[in-house]
Amino acid sequence: MSGSFDAVVTGAGIVGAACALELASAGMHVAVIERRGIGSGATAAGMGHIVVMDDSEAQFALTSYSQSLWQALAPELPASVEYERTGTIWVAADDEEMAEVHRKFAFYTARGIPVEVLDAQSLAEAEPNLRRPLAGGLRVSSDAVLYPPCAAGYLLEKAKQEQPALELILGQDVVAIGSGLVVLRDGTQIHSPIIINATGSFAPELTPGIAIKKRKGHLIITDRYPDFLHHQLVELGYLKSAHSSTADSVAFNVQPRKTGQLLIGSSRQYGAENSGIDRDIVSAMIERAALYMPQLANLSALRVWSGFRAATPDKLPLIGPTEDVSVFLATGHEGLGITTSLATARLLADHLLGRASAIPLDPYLPSRLVNDSASPSTVEMFHA
Amino acid sequence: MREEIAIQINGITLTVLAGCTVASAIGISDLACRTSVGGQLRGPLCAMGICFECRAMVNGQPHTRTCQLLCEPDMDIHTT
Amino acid sequence: MTRHFDTLVVGSGPAGISAAICAAEDGAEVGLVDDNPSAGGQIWRESLGKHKPLSNVAKWHQRLLAAQVVSLQGWPVFDHPSARTLRAERGGKVIDLQFENLILATGARELFLPFPGWTLPNVMGAGALQAMVKGGLPVTGKRVVIAGSGPLLLAVAAYLKSAGAEVICICEQASFAQLMPFAFALLSTPAKIMEGLRYRGSTLKIPFHTSAWPVQANGDHQLRDVTLSIRGKRKTISCDYLACGFHLVPNTELAALIGCDRQSGAITVNEWQQTSIPGVYCAGEPTGIGGLELSLIEGQIAGLVVSGQKEKARSLFGKREKWRRFASRLSKAFALRPELRSLPDATTLLCRCEDISYGIVRQHRSWRDAKLHTRCGMGPCQGRICGSAAEFLLGWNDASVRPPVFPALISSLVSSQTYTQSEMQNTQEV
Repeated sequence: MSGSFDAVVTGAGIVGAACALELASAGMHVAVIERRGIGSGATAAGMGHIVVMDDSEAQFALTSYSQSLWQALAPELPASVEYERTGTIWVAADDEEMAEVHRKFAFYTARGIPVEVLDAQSLAEAEPNLRRPLAGGLRVSSDAVLYPPCAAGYLLEKAKQEQPALELILGQDVVAIGSGLVVLRDGTQIHSPIIINATGSFAPELTPGIAIKKRKGHLIITDRYPDFLHHQLVELGYLKSAHSSTADSVAFNVQPRKTGQLLIGSSRQYGAENSGIDRDIVSAMIERAALYMPQLANLSALRVWSGFRAATPDKLPLIGPTEDVSVFLATGHEGLGITTSLATARLLADHLLGRASAIPLDPYLPSRLVNDSASPSTVEMFHA
Repeated sequence: MREEIAIQINGITLTVLAGCTVASAIGISDLACRTSVGGQLRGPLCAMGICFECRAMVNGQPHTRTCQLLCEPDMDIHTT
Repeated sequence: MTRHFDTLVVGSGPAGISAAICAAEDGAEVGLVDDNPSAGGQIWRESLGKHKPLSNVAKWHQRLLAAQVVSLQGWPVFDHPSARTLRAERGGKVIDLQFENLILATGARELFLPFPGWTLPNVMGAGALQAMVKGGLPVTGKRVVIAGSGPLLLAVAAYLKSAGAEVICICEQASFAQLMPFAFALLSTPAKIMEGLRYRGSTLKIPFHTSAWPVQANGDHQLRDVTLSIRGKRKTISCDYLACGFHLVPNTELAALIGCDRQSGAITVNEWQQTSIPGVYCAGEPTGIGGLELSLIEGQIAGLVVSGQKEKARSLFGKREKWRRFASRLSKAFALRPELRSLPDATTLLCRCEDISYGIVRQHRSWRDAKLHTRCGMGPCQGRICGSAAEFLLGWNDASVRPPVFPALISSLVSSQTYTQSEMQNTQEV
């Protein structure tokens, strides 16, 4: 098929789906082109955690804005999306991490996020399967979890309802984008003044030179153990590992699914390009998790898999225009793709339509890195 | 003569012969092994360890396949 | 715990037993690992040590006992942590099995096709009911309907009758026209049964229907009766058990995890039974469903090759070819008819682990999409039941394998395990 559209989105992951919905809601004639299936990349591989983060003001702004958009959408999400406001507990193992708990408490309270400091006792009551003693934790009750592939599917379904003319093209490989043209592997050419690259860790294939690197992760899913875990639990050491840009790292991070299954993570590797399971990493990940929740060792593991996050040097995504006037980026979300998908799409749509945004787009503009791509400071960030 | 083994299924004592599988013991008791996620009663389908319909709680361990598991004295079995 | 073998054989059915025996002939260290409590696989389940003297089974059992083979029964293999290591788990304990050569003899499983009521307790496979009886389930006086497809139905009928069951009928989905040209090519014992059944000249006297299949199993908490379609006519029969399996599909998951090439659901092997991975061999049903004799020959060939006896292996090529031709005739005879694709309705469950209906699943374009969006195949069976059914019903053959190939404890996924030698000594048994 060939034709012309107001906008073409490449990639039907959660970010692409969110972009399609925003643009369709604005009345645009949209095509979404995906080489596999809906939500089959990082969207399929990751935990569906909707979480506010405070690494930087810009990260906080994006995650909290996006979380509020998810909250507004929550009532209409079908059961298959498994949306649940489980809350997150950031777990502190020692006094140093407890100090971090208090810092975060102040930070979030000042910005209107509902948070609660848990001492050792309340932490144990909130999550009896955590080992004792731990120092305590920070509960963020507005955080939620969902099942991302079905969420992406719902966003596209809703987009189709808004715009029946929306075209979802699955199983088609895009080989080139630029100058208002999308070229498919079979030679088909599609014209569009707006082309959005939402292909995650594969984005540099279509927009060469952008500062995206694959950051591999592993997850384990267990059989059903209802009541084993209630909140998403993340160790405060997670931030230390997410900060580490070179070394392979693991951190304790577990999520309860509505099914009663547990998702166990997390791991981060730079430079690993193959999708096989790295058993040493998985071992380390399990050993780290068992330090916090010893009983995890006794649960039945059904499946282990890996996936690739799209990582940028400064932990903020790339949202906005490129040097090609027709190409826009919506990628580089690392471990926050589910959380920030809705805000990414809203900000991009605001930009395309000339609307005022709820938060500034500047911190996420791709141009912030383009001039720096050869500078020592960017190189340092990748390899520090 | 094979020896007799006493096991517990849902708190009730059953005597079986050595070599009896837990799934067969559950079948002798005319019970289903488990309840599915949708609330249906289920028993073994493949009886060779691949369908997972024969799962029960055995000696406190949930999700245990019973068709390849031999009964042992004082085994505590609960259908779920 | 780690053990090292020159040759490791996975699966102690006929192919694995014959492979292990031949592999051990030059004095090599051979290990034979299997998930069942005792050896024999499916067809020789509970038969080793309890068979008629001088029978085929007896001969092989004697050879196994005489061979220097380390037996590891009750250890399901769940992972392939490195090129020359397999990992197995039992009761929370883990063993790493290192090898120079690997022979995969992981056998086959029954194909289960969904139809309304197939999830009721006491509806199970044909081989499954036989296994349950061998595992201690009494069927004296119980009414059994056997259905599905394949020579297994006849063998199961004979066994259940000998165990005291009232076998009401056998319903084979294949048509009489499709079956009869090959009836005399069937494995000898079932052929005699089949002749007897067909011509009512034997003591079995079990009605054998062709062009027959179940359309609905009925009951509240367990099976009460089954409605059959027999040459187009409906008939409802009250029964205690429905033993229904639609022939066999190869167990190829471990081979796929290791990276062996597959084609049409079977592991491709060369004339030496070697897979696409050097040092990894495959024998028996996973190379293509072919029955007992072919499994024994392929197992011997693989074992002879790894023990440096290629000429002896070559001498079996003629027999292998003969039995492969027979296997091909067999699969034609029992080919599944298209009417079976209409058995499930939209509300019939396809995925039993997650209770996902056929109607929901078939809205998707591929197995992967269906898994991702409906969770079908994401349960503990990892698609072995529903995936094989979906392949027949919808033509989807894009299944992929992730570790563990069987559920394992989280602790078993960790790289290193240490426990004492004495815990291993209990496994030196057949």
